[in-house]
Amino acid sequence: MPRITLIEHNGNEHAVDAKTGDSLMTTAIKNRVPGIDADCGGACSCGTCHVFIDPAWLERVGEPGPFEEPMLDLNPERAANSRLSCQIDISDDLEGLVVRLPEFQF
Amino acid sequence: MESPVIKHSSRSLVGRDAWTIPLEEIDLAHPGIWQANQFLPFLARLRRDEPVHYCAHSPVGAYWSVTRYQDIMTMEAAPHLFSSEPTIGIVDVLPQFTLPMFIAMDPPKHDEQRKTVQGVVAPNNLKNLEGLIRQRVITILDSLPQGETFNWVDRVSRELTTQMLATLFDFPFEERNKLTYWSDIATAIPGAGLINSYEESFEVLKECLAYFMRLWRDRAAKAPGNDLISMLAHGEATKNMPPMEFLGNLVLLIVGGNDTTRNSITGGVLALNEHPQEYQKLRDNPALIPSMVSEIIRWQTPLAYMRRTAKVDTELGGKHIKAGDKILMWYASANRDEAAIDRPDEFLIDRDRVRQHLSFGTGIHRCMGNRLAEMQLRILWEEILQRFHKVEVVGEPVRIYSSFVKGYTELPVRLIAR
Repeated sequence: MPRITLIEHNGNEHAVDAKTGDSLMTTAIKNRVPGIDADCGGACSCGTCHVFIDPAWLERVGEPGPFEEPMLDLNPERAANSRLSCQIDISDDLEGLVVRLPEFQF
Repeated sequence: MESPVIKHSSRSLVGRDAWTIPLEEIDLAHPGIWQANQFLPFLARLRRDEPVHYCAHSPVGAYWSVTRYQDIMTMEAAPHLFSSEPTIGIVDVLPQFTLPMFIAMDPPKHDEQRKTVQGVVAPNNLKNLEGLIRQRVITILDSLPQGETFNWVDRVSRELTTQMLATLFDFPFEERNKLTYWSDIATAIPGAGLINSYEESFEVLKECLAYFMRLWRDRAAKAPGNDLISMLAHGEATKNMPPMEFLGNLVLLIVGGNDTTRNSITGGVLALNEHPQEYQKLRDNPALIPSMVSEIIRWQTPLAYMRRTAKVDTELGGKHIKAGDKILMWYASANRDEAAIDRPDEFLIDRDRVRQHLSFGTGIHRCMGNRLAEMQLRILWEEILQRFHKVEVVGEPVRIYSSFVKGYTELPVRLIAR
């Protein structure tokens, strides 16, 4: 049960216990963290579970995959540390992960 | 050369029993059952009996229908197999009348052009527009007649979406009805009333092009602004766009931002009247508006399908699809698919996972204006609830003759004050 911190755009912090094997998106939804829409339900097809990975964690979390990249790239707010949270699987390696949520999903 | 005028009447499925008709006779692209509001059982039949269905004989040519949610998700994730070129409607219009637009392009060109214009409808830009949109909604609602029957489509749905388009383009406000007219022309089927041939509609769209070229030159000469024309005129990927491509993208933005939202505005009033317990839920708890907006968009599904064309021989749902085959992804069916959506035939403004519908499509072509559409509907309903106990439907709606645009020309209503 890695501990993960999601920070809303307004600064509200949510420290939650994530379940190994869930996606980061599912973790946010299960814990009712506002700011993740996940319109496609986790199929990497809508881009509405966009998060920014804390720079310290970028290497551990990894790069966007080949299906994720074009979806991210269509978002005007995309940054170098952007990921779609439905494509990040929770593992024990991610104990302490910090991610920030955008002001809006698009 | 005359372009084909499509005649459908002898093939109408109106009045046929969807559950006993031979599968090969089902032609979902025929507009009859859509105008008559009889399409749902035909969609349900195909979902159950042949979810990837081949219609060999249709006036618009042979095509596949894909009716299950999951199969559509699979297709949308594979633009390398299922191309959006040459067009996303069922009819292959003669090349000289085909407008190039990014909805009908594959990567990488699609991505480049979309990225140039999508900023204008991104939430960050929209928050600057919210006050203006609300002001326009208020003006429209406060001008409505009290205690008499009027057509909601003309007075509210059409007027509001037209004003929004004029705002997005920074189009001369007093001439805004031109936008709606061009939108209607661009989607009109020859012979169905508005125009008689594609030549005729193309002539009208050339006037549209000429008008926008003037605006383009005006904006190009000025510093970059936040309206769509300025963005196109200054964008790296679009500033040297050939005129026909410019026209194609304009038509895309005009149509995309027009009758879709217009028909969801009308469809929402109709759905709430047909489900009075949901209307009561809404009055009791206006915080449900955002959720209701998503449910209205699912329920209406303003565009019934999008077409793809197979790039290579491939397989879907156990069927062999040949390169070049046309495939229609029926969003109107996916949104009623019991395998993906709980109690799909119920209109529930507070349902779980309310945003998981396919009205916007999904994948790289997912509706660019989805947040603008939701915002317009949200503001409209916030202001309606402030003013009226009920927008009461007092007569039958008149639906459009189209299997692509699901919409209305008339919805007679009367306002009941709070």
